[in-house]
Amino acid sequence: MDIAFLLNGETVNLRGVDPTTTVLDWLRETRGLTGTKEGCNEGDCGACTVMVTDHSGTHPLNGCILFLPQINGKALTTVEGLASPEGDLHPVQSAMVDHHGSQCGFCTPGFVVSLAAGQISGEKDHDLQLAGNLCRCTGYAPIVRAAANAARHPVPKWLRALPEGPEMGPAVNDFQPTSTEALADLLTAHPDATLVAGATDVGLWVNKSMRDLGTVIFLNRIREMQRIEIAPYMIRIGAVATVEALRLAMQKHHPHFAAMLDRFASAQVRAAATVGGNIANGSPIGDTPPPLIALGAMVQLRKGDNTREIPLEDFFIDYGKQDRDTGEFVEAVVIPRDNSPDRLKVYKLSKRFDQDISAVLGAFNITLANDKVTSARIAFGGMAGTPMRAAAVEAALIGKPWTRDTIRKAKWSFAEDFKPMTDMRASSGYRLEAAANMLERYWLEDQDMSTDVREVAL
Amino acid sequence: MTMGKALAHDSATLHVTGAARYIDDLPVPTGCLHLAFGLSKVARGVITAVDLTEVRTAPGVVRVLTAADLPHVNDISSAAHDEPLLATGEVHYHGQPIFLVIATSHRAAREAAARAKVEISAKDAILTIDQAVSLRSYFEGGPLTWARGDAEAVMPEADHVIEGEIEIGGQEHFYLEGQVSLAEPQDNGDMVVKSSTQHPTEIQHKVAEALAVPFHAVRVETRRMGGGFGGKESQGNALAIACAVAAHLTGQPCKMRYDRDDDMVITGKRHDFKIRYKAGVDKRGRFLAVEFDQFVRCGWSMDLSLPVADRAMLHADNAYYLPNVRITSHRLKTNTCSATAFRGFGGPQGVMGIERVVDHVAHQLGLDPLVVRQRNFYTKSKVQETPYGQPVKGFILPDMVKTLVESSDYHTRRGAVATWNDENETLKRGIALTPVKFGISFTLTQMNQAGALVNVYSDGSITINHGGTEMGQGLFQKVAQVAASGFGIGIGDVRITATDTGKVPNTSATAASSGSDLNGMAVKAAVDEIRGRMARLMGQLYQAKPREVKFKGGKVSVGQEILTFRDVARLCHENRVSLSATGFYATPDISWDRTIGRGNPFYYFAHGAAVTEVVMDRLTGENRILRCDILHDAGQSLNPAIDIGQIEGGYVQGAGWLTTEELVWDDTGRLRTHAPSTYKIPACSDRPEVFNIALWNGKNHVPTIYRSKAVGEPPLMLGISAFLALSHAAAACGETYPNLHAPATPERLFFAAKRAAK
Repeated sequence: MDIAFLLNGETVNLRGVDPTTTVLDWLRETRGLTGTKEGCNEGDCGACTVMVTDHSGTHPLNGCILFLPQINGKALTTVEGLASPEGDLHPVQSAMVDHHGSQCGFCTPGFVVSLAAGQISGEKDHDLQLAGNLCRCTGYAPIVRAAANAARHPVPKWLRALPEGPEMGPAVNDFQPTSTEALADLLTAHPDATLVAGATDVGLWVNKSMRDLGTVIFLNRIREMQRIEIAPYMIRIGAVATVEALRLAMQKHHPHFAAMLDRFASAQVRAAATVGGNIANGSPIGDTPPPLIALGAMVQLRKGDNTREIPLEDFFIDYGKQDRDTGEFVEAVVIPRDNSPDRLKVYKLSKRFDQDISAVLGAFNITLANDKVTSARIAFGGMAGTPMRAAAVEAALIGKPWTRDTIRKAKWSFAEDFKPMTDMRASSGYRLEAAANMLERYWLEDQDMSTDVREVAL
Repeated sequence: MTMGKALAHDSATLHVTGAARYIDDLPVPTGCLHLAFGLSKVARGVITAVDLTEVRTAPGVVRVLTAADLPHVNDISSAAHDEPLLATGEVHYHGQPIFLVIATSHRAAREAAARAKVEISAKDAILTIDQAVSLRSYFEGGPLTWARGDAEAVMPEADHVIEGEIEIGGQEHFYLEGQVSLAEPQDNGDMVVKSSTQHPTEIQHKVAEALAVPFHAVRVETRRMGGGFGGKESQGNALAIACAVAAHLTGQPCKMRYDRDDDMVITGKRHDFKIRYKAGVDKRGRFLAVEFDQFVRCGWSMDLSLPVADRAMLHADNAYYLPNVRITSHRLKTNTCSATAFRGFGGPQGVMGIERVVDHVAHQLGLDPLVVRQRNFYTKSKVQETPYGQPVKGFILPDMVKTLVESSDYHTRRGAVATWNDENETLKRGIALTPVKFGISFTLTQMNQAGALVNVYSDGSITINHGGTEMGQGLFQKVAQVAASGFGIGIGDVRITATDTGKVPNTSATAASSGSDLNGMAVKAAVDEIRGRMARLMGQLYQAKPREVKFKGGKVSVGQEILTFRDVARLCHENRVSLSATGFYATPDISWDRTIGRGNPFYYFAHGAAVTEVVMDRLTGENRILRCDILHDAGQSLNPAIDIGQIEGGYVQGAGWLTTEELVWDDTGRLRTHAPSTYKIPACSDRPEVFNIALWNGKNHVPTIYRSKAVGEPPLMLGISAFLALSHAAAACGETYPNLHAPATPERLFFAAKRAAK
């Protein structure tokens, strides 16, 4: 593939690159820019964080699971590009020195780039901004002190108004379509091709499983599939919309969904991962399907010129098996909308709050009238081989008074719905009890009782 | 005087600009080859067939080695010679290297390694502590016991006897820079090895052994590590030896770095423990007799397990006088990765044991655990001895705890926690104060020595070199401050150079928190030597006594004469006075007999105390640290910024060990948490929101470097306060002692709270 991008302001043209070359490997091994580090090679530590600017703004991304074609037509800034051309340190860099924010220094370039990107996008919540940067030495306190100090400084003039990409635009590639229609045609012609959107999962197939992906089609240039449309009767989310874009969109319409998405991996991963990818890979522990199912979302699939729409819960047939034909792709997901108040709550349970894979994720959408349950859509991740609705629990609630007694009885139905597995994240018994307790939490919160340890103040 | 100043880390500007070079960042020499191991997928068994045809024919592969292809000794162990570089007929853990691929790129080597067809006839693997105990799979033939008095005989006299057991999980180091090495062949078959290691001298020895050459034929260099934490004390040996052997066989430079998953699967971790305890106390909660059985999962080879287990025994008292005590240590051999050094080196597990006992005793007696702690502290007025017979001198914890109780408002907050817990069914709070007393010195006495080389150039600029390695702890800067202060010059005139076995030989590992104590003193000795020569010359030139020559502010004054340091350096050179000196230091007053468990293994003790407050959710066990207050004893700090950094970082690492960091092996012995996606070290938001750190204002009572104290490991144990605060929160869910095990993941805490409610 051919790639054109800006590297720290300088135009780079590459011809005939292996499409699964990562930005990290290219920077370090080909370009000799070794400031960006490899810590884990799977997007979980942030040592490889780079900054990418395009039409949607400036984002931090993990260079280790970012393939070169994904930055085609964009501007890439690395730690080497943060200081001014004259060598003045970026305010984030000075603050990190002044506040003793580095010890071994290996994670530091990633932190610095995350903070610099956050400064450009106006992010003020340092915990949220840095959730994807692991530091093993400092305990983070000095880094947050540095971040708070740097946040008082303006974006340095040499990083203001970063161009969105090289002047001549992106290089043109057959396997990097720019419209949904072109994608449909391409996939019809190459039904076995691997679709790559954010590469937050596919990157691991390459880096860890050593897989040869064969034909690869990159989706990142299809702008129309990145769109999130808010209409009076529905919200339509293009499959290539990032999880970060979804998070921002949900803040107004389903704030609790958005709050859970704060914990959908890190800023770096959210800026790459797509809603369609999170659905299409069929993982039982993807965090977007349960809330989408609880909201009654439909998934739109397309094959060639044919499109169809099915309830999202029906898309997941079994572990590793989805209702998607060869040559068919997820085009969008549609959340129905009406004037009723938002009743969705989403609870994510994991060993660590941030940047962790869910042991259990429960989404509850229970509506009431006259203190009786009129409808209940409850969906879980991590409880079965697929994201799954809690049908028996729903049945035990509908029509019943919204009381502690009803909750107590409904909790017994969880064992009917689920027989979760034991793995390194949690035991079967814990999953089952904690999932049932999430229903209790939903009820308690309805009584205005807080159950969130993160809301407790000293 | 730069001593005691809060200077930034020596490489801070290089860190933030990405310009600090780690081994993988060095420009690769022409023709450099890259290595990867092929690993066992069986925990225990006999290798019946190894078909490497597809590995050898894979793109980019230059050569593939098995044990039979190694030219000389096949061993990577620190001492015991029980750990082959490549498996010889049998495999002993899932992840053990079986063969070595030499290829033209890192990726090519990894891809090729995945193509091997290895057949292993599996045997029953010993994976858990219980299995090892029942099969009597012990190192050294059986358990080791140290005792004072007669705990068993005294136990019946106690008013209360408390018994229990706690499981304490291991810990992955998760240094951000994985293991890496680069070997470059030289004239005469000599080898230069660049290694990310805490122990360049051991790398030198092991490489020399593998190549059958004298030590002088191998030079090892380490400029910096991207984190060590004990994980690079012995675990870098395999890569360095592999690189050196491959470089020897191919004549080309060879580099090896582990992919993160391989790193986590292959290398050792903190030892997981199970501690069984029985404690007899009087009505006021004072210890009369304590018995410990410490079960230690050492893994398949010895590595550093014996001294680690020793240190756990040596810290079984923590800060408390135990008049009658028996400590039995069971060093168990299992088919898991060989557990290794990790910040604290067994000490944290030993401290966990007694702190758990205190917590359990307090619960049983209905006392505030702090009261039980204070009643059992070693006394300050009358020097008491540890169970191993060392007098506890300079014991300042009672005063420190008193200060911390006040500054953290402990009593008020403990009352507020109780009120909160009475009023809240779902969210429960907990608070705990725990102290640490940590023994400073290597228990292997001969390791307590250090050398240094100081060169003053004729322009007055200086290079310093010593045996200590820089892994982020700020050692280089602290030692540079020692040198700058000695010469009375600015820190900018001192250049810190990479640790190099060719400059300072026969060094000890940078471990046991000893770095600045040992190397600071050695550098000071060299500085004092050169300064003495300078002063003698100035005395001669200006008719003064050498002691009247003063070094201050970059100037050297003799009577009314004031010269720049640079001028003095030039004068020395012109007058043929040597401006280069070595320095040496050996820690005084230590002695130790590990077989009987008696002696004075430690030069002194470092202290600290922490108060942590937490909140948990009974519905799920989710929890959070709300606040932490720490008062720590770094003696007269060489650099308060660096010391506070060690304390903050150590606390969070210790809290991580005991909360979210869970290592899970499956029933076949395969590590299931082999990447940061599944193994969760603390993230940014896991740090305490309110995090108050203070240094105790006091000097070391023994003459260490500027009366400072070692600070690397002790703060890790302050994280125990987070664990016991969680235990306190769980206990608030009912009447029964919750018996919380570590790590206190949400799941463990959830079930502990349920036990409490029974």
